[in-house]
Amino acid sequence: MADTALQVGIILGYMLVALAIGVVAYRLTERTAEDYYLASRTLGTVVLLFTTFATLLSAFTFFAGPNISYGAGPEWILVMGLMDGVIFGILWYVLGYKQWLVGKANGYLTLGEMLGDRFGSLRLRLLVAGVSIFWLFPYVMLQQQGAGTAIEALTGGAVPYWAGAGAITLFMIGYVALSGMRGVAWTDTLQGAFMLVMVWAAFVWVASAVGGVGTATATLGDVDGNFLALGGGLYTPEYVLSTAISIAFGVTMFPQVNQRFFVAESKEVIKRTLPLWPVLVVLLFVPAFMLGSWAQGLGIQAGANENVLPLLLAEYTPAWFAALVIAGAMAAMMSSSDSMLLSGSSYFTRDIYRPLVEEASEEREAFLGRVGVAVFATLAFVASLFQPASLLQIGDTAFGGFAQLALPVGVALYWSRTTRWGMYVGIGGSQIVYIAGVLFPVVFVSLPLVGTVPVGVPGTILGWSISVWCMLLGLVLTVGASLVTNASPEADASVYATGAD
Amino acid sequence: MNESTQLVGWAAIAVALAVLSVPWFMWGADGVVAGLPVWVVYHVGWLCLVAVVFWVFTKRAWGLGVEGVSRDG
Repeated sequence: MADTALQVGIILGYMLVALAIGVVAYRLTERTAEDYYLASRTLGTVVLLFTTFATLLSAFTFFAGPNISYGAGPEWILVMGLMDGVIFGILWYVLGYKQWLVGKANGYLTLGEMLGDRFGSLRLRLLVAGVSIFWLFPYVMLQQQGAGTAIEALTGGAVPYWAGAGAITLFMIGYVALSGMRGVAWTDTLQGAFMLVMVWAAFVWVASAVGGVGTATATLGDVDGNFLALGGGLYTPEYVLSTAISIAFGVTMFPQVNQRFFVAESKEVIKRTLPLWPVLVVLLFVPAFMLGSWAQGLGIQAGANENVLPLLLAEYTPAWFAALVIAGAMAAMMSSSDSMLLSGSSYFTRDIYRPLVEEASEEREAFLGRVGVAVFATLAFVASLFQPASLLQIGDTAFGGFAQLALPVGVALYWSRTTRWGMYVGIGGSQIVYIAGVLFPVVFVSLPLVGTVPVGVPGTILGWSISVWCMLLGLVLTVGASLVTNASPEADASVYATGAD
Repeated sequence: MNESTQLVGWAAIAVALAVLSVPWFMWGADGVVAGLPVWVVYHVGWLCLVAVVFWVFTKRAWGLGVEGVSRDG
């Protein structure tokens, strides 16, 4: 019980710190949409690096990632390194730097705005915002569900799911509405640094408890399926590549990450950030995922729905330390959700509400953005109470859904012959096929005369995930449809022309 | 070197950095180095190399292919 009190205390402590940072950020915030959503494009190297990092990967680092390494071996270190250390780094330059230049020159705040302006098409803007919210909403719901479930488990059921998830939702509404991008980025930075320290402390603690890193790793050789050997089981070359490619591209189009492409203070900030990516990825994920695998080698028993890292820590470290790490993971979940709420709200108010309903002033838009945060969070909370199966499925496959946007956007950024129809067809076509794959996996149907036939969209083709195939389809459709259509008179390719400085 | 040669060169380097992040030639290898699986050690080393190459890129070729005018050196 003392542990529970400690864990709850640590979570409350985190909330208070976040709130305090939010208040400071609020006092510095100008009442404009650009300042609320993008902190007026003033983030420096460390803050930009950590806010992008913490936003995206926090909960995965502590829970899902170690769970996979526990079940299938530590090869996810390679998937993660390739994905976030290398491919995302390259895309950070190719897509991110380009978006930064274009966004700064033309004052864009969202991806949909950037594309809609270039192609003179409100419809395209609505399509991009709509597709993004379609994938983001269930993903936010999953975060709230995770937080609610974790609080319920933490308190042994004393705080029921709805109360835990509801309290976290309310807290986030208050804090995100208050602070905007500046406050979110600051807490993320604190969070990211905290995560790094905690993961390494856990790594060292467990290693020394069992007699050293070598001793812990040696146990992997005895695991069924030999975790020491590269590959095997889940891990095929096609799996490793499909997963890394699909998620890396998906990451760039996740609203909360894509919007961070716009926020760097200067070119120098982006330049300094780039070489730090691979270093940070290695620093965080090697210890986190090795811990997950060690748990298997050391004989920790985790059920199908249990997180293995807390169990491992409970076995080898004092209760207060385990509590600190678990509470940190909970806080990490919140730090992902707050960024998603902020960007989801900006897509909704800026790309959908404003063009369709009311042409608002800057100040009014900043206010609407705050209302949007509350609406978005409340709806996601309500959805998380019912947890409809199709929404869960969409949330689980969101990375692939966002990945479908990346190649059409890349083509639009670099190829001046791209037409609006190329974008409609490329984005629409790849989304439709991918969503069909998510909602209608292959089932075998018995038909008279022909016998049993597969109906639906397969999850993998030749070992490669459907997401990668759909990305290719989107690329072909965007280029193909652009070649056979003419640029519309409202389109203006010159807005993406970027000279040096 | 003109800009398009540079672009092709850096693109090839980028692809190589990504492709060799995973030691395909070690598939099935189960050795241990410095207390970690040998392919994890390789990967850590490779990502350090990636960081260095990224850093060199920012110093020597930043803007290549993205900004309208090349900025060499």
